[in-house]
Amino acid sequence: MNDRIEKRIELKAPISRVWRAVTDYREFGAWFCVKLDGPFVQGQLSRGQITYPGYEHLKWEAVVQKMEPERLFSFTWPHPKSLDKAEYASGDHSKDPTTLVEFRLEKTATGTLLLLTESGFDNVPGDIRLEAFRRNEGGWAEQLKNIERYVAKAA
Amino acid sequence: MLQKQRSSLAARGRAQAPVFAALGDETRLALVAKLSGGQPCSISHLTKGSKLTRQAITKHLRVLESVGIVHSVHAGRESLFEFDPTPIAEMREYLDFVSEQWDHALVRLKSFIED
Repeated sequence: MNDRIEKRIELKAPISRVWRAVTDYREFGAWFCVKLDGPFVQGQLSRGQITYPGYEHLKWEAVVQKMEPERLFSFTWPHPKSLDKAEYASGDHSKDPTTLVEFRLEKTATGTLLLLTESGFDNVPGDIRLEAFRRNEGGWAEQLKNIERYVAKAA
Repeated sequence: MLQKQRSSLAARGRAQAPVFAALGDETRLALVAKLSGGQPCSISHLTKGSKLTRQAITKHLRVLESVGIVHSVHAGRESLFEFDPTPIAEMREYLDFVSEQWDHALVRLKSFIED
């Protein structure tokens, strides 16, 4: 289950409000800190420029995967090799590996539950889990026993 | 954003993604598991009990070597491979870093919506 980042946050606002904040390109840009060229369109590349102080040299390029109104918004985006200004500027980003980011919305009694996941860090098909590496508890010996168990199970 | 961590990651310039990719293979995970005891192993030792040929195992070891997870050391005429936990620790650090960015972004989203 852990080739991914998972977050959940309760928002005191109706689902329609949250949907707009997440999928309207101007509103998304305001809280995410990115200046987007235009609206999000399913299946299309979204371009822009990060506006977060210190990281304005980073481009925003994401491919919108799904827009299911008030339910699911997802996109894939690249993870460049380096975020350093000079290295980023000189790098070829056409082959940067991508991960999938998903925003799922659920109505609650008091507002909206937002579930965010980012997955695909191993960026290979086959659904290999690296959970053993990602647990904080235990030392290396324990971590690696986890790998062994995982490998034994998968074999 | 976690400025300090981000710049240290950027300065290091190590590609995280190839580490993820290198580990995204069961044969290579198994090799890492075998080497994780800390004892350097020969290719013959690593090939033992595997259905793969010596050449195939060597190829996988080279992939792990290319991202720094294993290093080869010479012992006489033989090449031994040993495990280096650093890239995996850095990969974990990178995931923690991305995770933290999301925490910050979601706090901004919350105040954007609720304030």
